Amino acid sequence: MSNWEAVIGLEIHVQLKTRTKMFCRCPNGFGGEPNTQTCPVCLAFPGALPVANRRAVEECIKLGLALDCEIAERAVFHRKNYFYPDLPKAYQISQYDEPLCARGKLAVPTENGDITVGITRAHLEEDAAKNVHVAASGRIHGATATLVDFNRGGTPLVEIVTEPDLHDAESAKRFLQLLRQTVVELDLSDAELEKGSMRFDVNVSVRPAGSDELRTRTELKNMNSFNFAAKGIEREIARQIRVYEQGGIVEQETLHFDPAHEESPPMRSKEEAQDYRYFPDPDLVPVHPPVDVVERLRGEIGELPGARIKRIADTLSFYDADVLVTGGLDRLWADVVAAGAEPKEAANVLANQFVATGIAPSAVNAAELAKLVSARAEIPRAAFDEALAKTGDAGFTAAPYLEQKVVGDAAELDPIIERIIDANPGQAEQFRGGKQGLLGFFVGQVMKETGGKADPRVVNERVREKLRA
Amino acid sequence: MIDTLRLTAEEAWRLVDGREISGAELFAAYAGREDDLHAYLHRCDDPGGDGIPIAIKDVIGTKGVPTTAGSKILEGYVPVFDSTVASRCKQRGLRLLGKTNTDEFAMGSSTENSAFGPSRNPWDPTRVPGGSGGGSAAAVTGGLAPWALGSDTGGSIKQPSALCGNVGLRPTYGTVSRYGVVAFASSLDQVGPVAKTVRDCAFLYSIIAGRDENDSTTVEVPTVELPGAEDLTGVRIGVPKEMNEAEGIEPGVSAAVRRAIELAESLGAEVGECSLPRSVEYGVACYYLVAPAEASSNLGRYDGVRYGLRSDAADFREMLMQTRHDGFGDEPKRRIMIGTYALSSGYYDAYYGTAQKVRTVIRREHADVFESFDLIVSPTSPTVAFKIGEKVDNPLAMYLNDLLTIPSCMAGLPGLNIPCGLSEGLPVGLQLIGPQFSENTLFRAGHALERALGFDSVPERLR
Repeated sequence: MSNWEAVIGLEIHVQLKTRTKMFCRCPNGFGGEPNTQTCPVCLAFPGALPVANRRAVEECIKLGLALDCEIAERAVFHRKNYFYPDLPKAYQISQYDEPLCARGKLAVPTENGDITVGITRAHLEEDAAKNVHVAASGRIHGATATLVDFNRGGTPLVEIVTEPDLHDAESAKRFLQLLRQTVVELDLSDAELEKGSMRFDVNVSVRPAGSDELRTRTELKNMNSFNFAAKGIEREIARQIRVYEQGGIVEQETLHFDPAHEESPPMRSKEEAQDYRYFPDPDLVPVHPPVDVVERLRGEIGELPGARIKRIADTLSFYDADVLVTGGLDRLWADVVAAGAEPKEAANVLANQFVATGIAPSAVNAAELAKLVSARAEIPRAAFDEALAKTGDAGFTAAPYLEQKVVGDAAELDPIIERIIDANPGQAEQFRGGKQGLLGFFVGQVMKETGGKADPRVVNERVREKLRA
Repeated sequence: MIDTLRLTAEEAWRLVDGREISGAELFAAYAGREDDLHAYLHRCDDPGGDGIPIAIKDVIGTKGVPTTAGSKILEGYVPVFDSTVASRCKQRGLRLLGKTNTDEFAMGSSTENSAFGPSRNPWDPTRVPGGSGGGSAAAVTGGLAPWALGSDTGGSIKQPSALCGNVGLRPTYGTVSRYGVVAFASSLDQVGPVAKTVRDCAFLYSIIAGRDENDSTTVEVPTVELPGAEDLTGVRIGVPKEMNEAEGIEPGVSAAVRRAIELAESLGAEVGECSLPRSVEYGVACYYLVAPAEASSNLGRYDGVRYGLRSDAADFREMLMQTRHDGFGDEPKRRIMIGTYALSSGYYDAYYGTAQKVRTVIRREHADVFESFDLIVSPTSPTVAFKIGEKVDNPLAMYLNDLLTIPSCMAGLPGLNIPCGLSEGLPVGLQLIGPQFSENTLFRAGHALERALGFDSVPERLR
């Protein structure tokens, strides 16, 4: 056992998919020609003023409720001041000491019980614009220019900050997956890591096991997949332990990963002691969420993924339950089971073959899929695969595929098997001489002969039997 | 022949409505007058419309018309959108005469901080017209506009009106939209009217006031009543002793204000003494933390990236610094530094945090006074107009010009300046302050006093 314990805290940004931006009426859309989704407010023209997006406030509250947060009776927008070309006002409107949501928790189910992660806060803020660094043509070589695309500038973000309650990379990954699924199910965000609509930073430190001190942390940035994050965290934990064991000290720094080159070591930078001069934004009035609105939003939240994993794990293995829920498949699974399919069988089909088809679970008629799942053993594999690929089609019915019964009758198969053995005396001789691998050859020939309709289990058995003879 | 020095907006509107003169003729009468006061930074061709002309302070954004806020950093900047107030004026058919001079970013009390040179006082061109809205005040008194819009953060409407001898209203915070108005200190900035009479002032206020969905801090306002009564029966007027006996108030100013108060009493007002000790003692200090703090943040957007001045440099950081070095004058730089300091970590609580608490004290102290009084009065400015150049080297002396206007601004309260007499041949301003949303009371009292005082708003040298 290691003598060290890791301490991990997360900071997650989720881009809300509201129709308009956080403080102006520009469309909040991904893509678009550069600088086409802009106005005097998000370009910070003199005199332009922000007006808070009511919808974004409600969505932040909803996420806060799903994370078991207290919803503030009074929340305030602050200005975070710093100069950067992608920040046209020279301040970001964010929240500081009076966030919309605080003191929550998210329980991450595991096989050995829940890991409960404290949610320090969930607050609203605006995103920065996007700097695009380009080589300027017509200039001395090496000279570069920075272009700014303000389409993203001012789009709404929820920032979620956790307590340092996680102690290993795998748990951090599972927390992030569960949080993502929660956000997606509440329909607040696409939360797509590749598009940047969900981003996260990880703070990592280590300490002697059993101690409760908090040592210097490093910050890991720019990891755009959960597996990549887990790997990065693991490596950083190992590095810090190595540093301490060699008598060194861990310095406070930021590790910038390059998502395009996962294997290359991260760039390191010292954390600058920036003074953001936070103060309440005088252009915006404090938000006082009305109790009835908060209660309405609470009512809109269904059973959350964490709870569903635990409930489903009573029927299936924890692993299956976890895969179904974090894969967004459990509701379809429940419908398929309700329509008569065997639970474990349905879970296997969904978590393996169905996922591979890329079909949206919501597009599927559960009753038809249930028929297909129940008949899986009785219809040819090829027919099953073909049918599964079409479950997302409108008006899909399983019936035509169910008619293609497998041939499992030995009396029907035996003559075919005998004919094939007779036609391949050499291979039959080798099999009998101990070359067991040739069984597959004969089975394959029979399947081919029967057009894939033979039951592979029966064929296996009969071929073995006949060859022994 | 139209006498632009005497014509009120109300009378002008009546003439145009009655087709006695055309709107174009009226516009030409003002536009044709030589601007020897440097009231304007930019004059417009007649844009047409069915109303009368207006001048607008250059911190107020006007679509298609240069808006510099008196700063080199915005030289050549032409807004692509109208401020809400400019758009409301347009909707009423008002024709834009031009953009009036202002201290840079409305920071100053004399227009001497304008990057484009000071304006001059119509009563004595060797003297300042006050500031920051000196251009609007000089234009109205100097016959260059029938009325104008100004903006007031700590006295920038009231003080120039006092020094130029006209009527200026700083409305209750939140009654007039700030959308499209170049921000100085957002929690204090308010746009308001400058006019020759209280009735004109009330009418212009009624055009610009009211909730604007583009400015979250605005509210619905009570219907504006054009004042008609000539008595003050039943109006309870408080005379805060700290504001009437403060050190630095010139004897001639005190005397004129005292006479106005006696006149109010003779019109039926109930006059009594009151006290605002902490508001007066801490108002200016508190203001010079809150306003620069907000300014330091509001002025961050002038970075050379999207509009305005951009100085040439090798990279962003250098370009940013060089642009701001070249583009801002001394006063904005001074306030950015003070404000940045006041918000810095480790100093926030001592400065900005404390100032906000003091602001609450000032608000409460005023609220207490308005339990017993409908409005309070004092001189608007401790002095009459001073000489150009007299205080430029002494920022602190300049700041004290606003000693009497600042406290009510900090409390978000409306204040009206009316001229109440002359001292040393120069106008003296009387400040009337009421509780939130008491504009109608201020108009009523201002109008009655104006009629009784009979002040001739045309400068002697121009009569």
